[in-house]
Amino acid sequence: MAFGPYLFLATLEGLVMAAVLALTALGLSLVFGVMRVVNVAHGEFFMLGAVLAWAVATTVSGHPALGFLAALVVSPLIVGAVALVSERLVLRRVNYNPEATIVATIGILYILQQLALTFYGPEARPVVAPFDYRIRFPWFGYSAYKLSIVAASALVLAATWFLLARTRIGLVMRATQFDAETATAFGIPVDRVYAGVFAFGAMLAAVAAVLIVPIQQAHYLMGHDPLLLSFIVVIIGGLGSLRGTIVAALLIGLSDGIISVFFSPTLAKIIATMAVALVLVFRPQGLFGVAAR
Amino acid sequence: MTALVETRGLSRRFGGLQAVDGVDFTLPEGEIRAIIGPNGAGKTTFVGMICGRVAPSSGSILFDGADITSMPADRRVMVGIAYTFQITSIFANLTVEENVTLAAMRRHVGRAGQRYSAAELQDASLSALERVDLQNYASKTAGNLAYGHQRLLEVAMGLALEPRLLVLDEPTQGLSDTEIEGFIELVRDIGREATVLLIEHNMPVVMALAETITVMDRGRIIAEGTPEAIRADRAVQEAYLGAPADG
Amino acid sequence: MNAFAAIDRRALALHLAVIAVLFVLQFVLPAYHHGIMARILVLAVFAMGYNLLFGYTGLLSLGHAMFFSAGLYGAGLSVYHLDWSVPAAFGAGLAGGLVLSAAVGFLALRTTGVAFLIVTMMFGQVAYLFTLYFTDWTRGEEGLTLPQAARVLGPLDLTDPTTRYFAALVLFTIALFVTLALVRAPFGRVLVAIRENEERTRMLGYDTFRNKLGATIASGVICAASGAAYVLLFGYFGSSFAAVQYSILPLLWVLVGGAATTLGPLLGTILMFYLVDLSNDLLNSRFPDWDVSYLGIVGVALVLLILFFPKGLLGSVRDRWVRWLP
Repeated sequence: MAFGPYLFLATLEGLVMAAVLALTALGLSLVFGVMRVVNVAHGEFFMLGAVLAWAVATTVSGHPALGFLAALVVSPLIVGAVALVSERLVLRRVNYNPEATIVATIGILYILQQLALTFYGPEARPVVAPFDYRIRFPWFGYSAYKLSIVAASALVLAATWFLLARTRIGLVMRATQFDAETATAFGIPVDRVYAGVFAFGAMLAAVAAVLIVPIQQAHYLMGHDPLLLSFIVVIIGGLGSLRGTIVAALLIGLSDGIISVFFSPTLAKIIATMAVALVLVFRPQGLFGVAAR
Repeated sequence: MTALVETRGLSRRFGGLQAVDGVDFTLPEGEIRAIIGPNGAGKTTFVGMICGRVAPSSGSILFDGADITSMPADRRVMVGIAYTFQITSIFANLTVEENVTLAAMRRHVGRAGQRYSAAELQDASLSALERVDLQNYASKTAGNLAYGHQRLLEVAMGLALEPRLLVLDEPTQGLSDTEIEGFIELVRDIGREATVLLIEHNMPVVMALAETITVMDRGRIIAEGTPEAIRADRAVQEAYLGAPADG
Repeated sequence: MNAFAAIDRRALALHLAVIAVLFVLQFVLPAYHHGIMARILVLAVFAMGYNLLFGYTGLLSLGHAMFFSAGLYGAGLSVYHLDWSVPAAFGAGLAGGLVLSAAVGFLALRTTGVAFLIVTMMFGQVAYLFTLYFTDWTRGEEGLTLPQAARVLGPLDLTDPTTRYFAALVLFTIALFVTLALVRAPFGRVLVAIRENEERTRMLGYDTFRNKLGATIASGVICAASGAAYVLLFGYFGSSFAAVQYSILPLLWVLVGGAATTLGPLLGTILMFYLVDLSNDLLNSRFPDWDVSYLGIVGVALVLLILFFPKGLLGSVRDRWVRWLP
């Protein structure tokens, strides 16, 4: 294969990765932005979404698309419920203290991994894609399902944007993000906003995971990379910024896809992680954020 | 008399706000000086620049003739500038004695890096506490002290640094009348050894203590003089119109 | 009652008593627990290094596995590839920890709060990835085993259980008294002051950045000493020691035992080791088809601690009964 088509393939792969990453990172970014806490268990909500997708898809008989669609609805709902319970039982009780929350969500991370290991097992299992069609390019065939992931992700992102920018719920969230105390004074139930945002953030990760399981198997330790990459995206994109998150996800997704073609994946990860750490040290507002002053 | 502190064209911008605007200021050694002015006049920003907590946008600061404009705050403490916070800032979980000892320790270690004996350190801490009359609270947890005592502890920490310039940012805020009387005595006493720069809203305190008063409004110095002169100054009265002196 | 006086007699007596008990344990413990205790003593040193930064200075790092690994790989690689003697390899481990913690501290301490935590986690991740990337030398996850012949210190054979226990105890004792001296010294007092109120500390004339850098380096070197001793005493090193779990474990041990207490790290390490060990046995015998690993126990312990026992065991003991506990 010539260089051009090779690069085209890498771009397509990068685009799929960026689509999934944007959803996952947006969930983390919303929680970070509105509640000012870091959810270290975010990757495990992703993992839980994938594992539950497998469970739902194997329960539903008939055409694979039925199982997949059921998973796309049921899995995020269950993950949202799990997140809601952990928020009520743990995060609220530590008063969203930033450091205590991190320690607590590390605990939740391990508990979720343990539950997945106990009830799902150590195997990696795939979910059958809802449809199996290959688009014929002149140089290679490419899975239409992968491209549909990009479309689905764009759809969810657009819906989230609408929710944030055009609805009362979004207004309430932004008010809480801006100043929780004043929001309370104006009768906004900050407490319930936090619970909702936490659950919603987890659900975004779960949706991303359901979309990815047909091409990447579900495994109880699969949450680690999405967490780290989401961190990277959120840091580069600037906190709580929808546009920044999407741009950064595209940047990371595409560059990861392309760098991996030319370098070893480990070296690519080293370079990316180091670069992000240095961004955080020298430009904490993110590459696209604006300095406070 | 030589100037202990001198600022030339000192300015600070916060975004679109010119908090301090080209201030030329001279404070002779040994004086008790009060800075007054309505809220938002730039007083705290101004003394913040003298102490090194706020970086100036332009202008320069001299301390005892040496340029300290770019000296970090912790170094300025070592050359003799001590600051007490507007909002009480003590080590709430440590004991009262540990609070002052941390200050005394810096002073004693700082002197040419010499070692000090535990006894010397204890003496220095206790004498600072005695000066503010807190010696009986030495082993109490600082956060459990009454508010007025916490303010005194804050001053004791400043004293333990044995400063040449003690900056007090609204020290009597939240104190009762009897506490204020004691405080005036304390500052007079401190004024015998150190230069005192005081931001204060309470006019009776200012009138009782200050040898010279500097009035700031909108980032500039609008008047400077003896308490009597300031009391009579029209510009000062105008600056305070609609903004009462104790606001 | 001067807090800055030389080490308090009671505290000194307590610490000597703890060392004496650990010394005697060696003759009492059955072989299995004897081996576990040697490992715990070495890892408690790791926890003590972590405690210096997290407990006393108030800086939460999620990348301390890199300092442990700097010692582990510094010592391990120089024995394996360069045939260095045990003392030279131990020195290489310490030097690795020193250089790495100075560099990481210099960069990461420019950030505060949550950013500090993420930056240290990322540097830790980079260190982990390096152990994978240089797999020709490190054998990555699979790791390397040091030949028994290389693990001798003069006439002492470090693979012998008794010698190993004593070596671990010597390292632990040194680390314990170094920590005790550090936290009792003006330096340690300033670290606590920074934890309590950094801006006030700065306005008392302390260069807080330099003090925090000093704390990071001291912490990094102690953790590296633990890593170097670990590989020299137990003979194995691999990438899993650099993974993020090994950054979270010392946090857990310190939280259990009590942050900012000198003996908390030891207590926390012992408790968590035996908790994981015993509950694994129990759950495996009751529910043989469950896949139980350390994950769930560590997770539940972390959540319960942070909810109900944030000061840990010795922290609570100090608050309620024994105020002088260092």
